[in-house]
Amino acid sequence: MRAEPAAQLEATRARRSVRARVIAAIGPTTLLAGVVWGLLQPYRLTFLHPVGEGFWWLAVEPPLIVMLVGVLFAAFVAPGLIEDLEESEER
Amino acid sequence: MQPLAEHVHWMFATGFLILALCLFAEAVVGTEVWRQRRWRAYLWPGALFLMGIFMWPVMIMFTNSTLHMLAHAAWAQVLLLAGGVELALAAGRLRNRYWHLCVALAFVVSGTASLIHEQNSWLFSRSAFLHHAIGWLMITAAVFPFLRTFRPRSIVVATGFAATFLVLAVFLYADRDVAEIFGHLSPVAGSPHR
Repeated sequence: MRAEPAAQLEATRARRSVRARVIAAIGPTTLLAGVVWGLLQPYRLTFLHPVGEGFWWLAVEPPLIVMLVGVLFAAFVAPGLIEDLEESEER
Repeated sequence: MQPLAEHVHWMFATGFLILALCLFAEAVVGTEVWRQRRWRAYLWPGALFLMGIFMWPVMIMFTNSTLHMLAHAAWAQVLLLAGGVELALAAGRLRNRYWHLCVALAFVVSGTASLIHEQNSWLFSRSAFLHHAIGWLMITAAVFPFLRTFRPRSIVVATGFAATFLVLAVFLYADRDVAEIFGHLSPVAGSPHR
């Protein structure tokens, strides 16, 4: 059995943690994209100034949906994925 | 109570955004890690399949032209095919890697249907522009699922595949029933609303 040089091991760990950081950043980045979109185009957010629109105008507000997708990814997909990634890296 | 076409486009944009995030995450961690939890292996193929199911009510409700009905039916069929095949591959029911080519087929059929069913020119309205752009995007991006069949571990191909869905989501979110594109809006397109 051959020992991996310490510097190489350290570099591998650093590279791997970048992958975990990228996964952790996907949700917040998506959330931020939705926030920025809502600020740039507030007229896409019907709830801010409703003028008698029906159900679909209030239910489907793209910047809010983008934020929701980011939150759901960060809450339900990213934690388990990072856990599995770190486990596989330790093996 | 029927949603406007733009609402439907935005809902499907959300589906494609979810696909994009999942596929990008899979590209970053690798397929082996992504599939360590069973439910995750089914996540994006399931989303694709579900979008195929939801495309049928769209086909039934939006009957303003035969071309639209045919295009929506074509999308429903190829989404179901691609989603179903990817689900079967994830479950191990299908083993031959060439089944992944169904996604490339879905891209080409979807792009062609988008181009054929848009009868107006690029600068007629934003919707017309986006239908042309989406059509060419899907046809050219079919190279990613095609290459993914033969190079499943390529991070460039996997990222390109994910990016395609992200761009598609952006295009669909940008869609409005009647709106100008680069300052152009045909006078016969109608009046823009909210």
